[in-house]
Amino acid sequence: MKSRYDNEMELSFLSKSNNEAFARITVAAFAAQLDPTIEELADIKTAVSEAVTNCIIHGYEDTEGIIKVRATLLDNCLEVEISDNGKGIEDVELARKPLYTTKGNLERSGMGFTIMESFMDEVKIHSVVGIGTKVTMKKKIKKEENKSLNDDEDVLINT
Amino acid sequence: MDSEFNELEKMLNIFITEEIDHHTTEKLRRKMDYEITRFMPRKVVFDFSKVSFMDSAGIGLLIGRYKLVKLIGGSCEITHCIQSISKVLEMSGIEKIIPIQKEEKVG
Repeated sequence: MKSRYDNEMELSFLSKSNNEAFARITVAAFAAQLDPTIEELADIKTAVSEAVTNCIIHGYEDTEGIIKVRATLLDNCLEVEISDNGKGIEDVELARKPLYTTKGNLERSGMGFTIMESFMDEVKIHSVVGIGTKVTMKKKIKKEENKSLNDDEDVLINT
Repeated sequence: MDSEFNELEKMLNIFITEEIDHHTTEKLRRKMDYEITRFMPRKVVFDFSKVSFMDSAGIGLLIGRYKLVKLIGGSCEITHCIQSISKVLEMSGIEKIIPIQKEEKVG
């Protein structure tokens, strides 16, 4: 079988909160093949962390379930698909709104989707109530020759 | 997380030493609230120099602590955060209630 991607991987894990770090670090390590800047990597980690957290506290509401993460690379683009078989989102447009949260009592900020949307180039949400939710995010990694001097400076400072 | 209380200035320095996400916030919240209610500080400084990652769970955590500190008549401040964390903080508009101390870049 020849993949139509340059590379692809899949993870599935239990909806335990200590897997949030596992998922974001794994996706970042996979994306490292595209030679991203420190800043691009941080964006990817943050977006993945938000999506996985949503599966845990909203999708499964602290019951146990399986979260799937699928990542593909094509040219200089990373696509990450994060899905659960949880309760689903009734109103996706409302859920996307900045500061909207159904879990204010848990000190959630309602910034999850807003962060995913501003840190990635494209975010699609597909959700069916009672079946589950799938979030698909894309991010283009700038090619080496297009990277500005500023990016290089950041790498020096942060390492 | 470590902390240090300056009796003279009634200032509580909180040094966060872990990555901040939904998983770690529960423990951090408990520890921070314990220190805040124990010392009743006039000022709480959240030192981010050892924090390499924070997502939106950190925003909720900081806003919650801000509310508690305000209740006892104090104020908060954030220092030493790396660029990726500043980005998350700035997006949330949190600096309207908790000032972020900007650092000169060294290197």
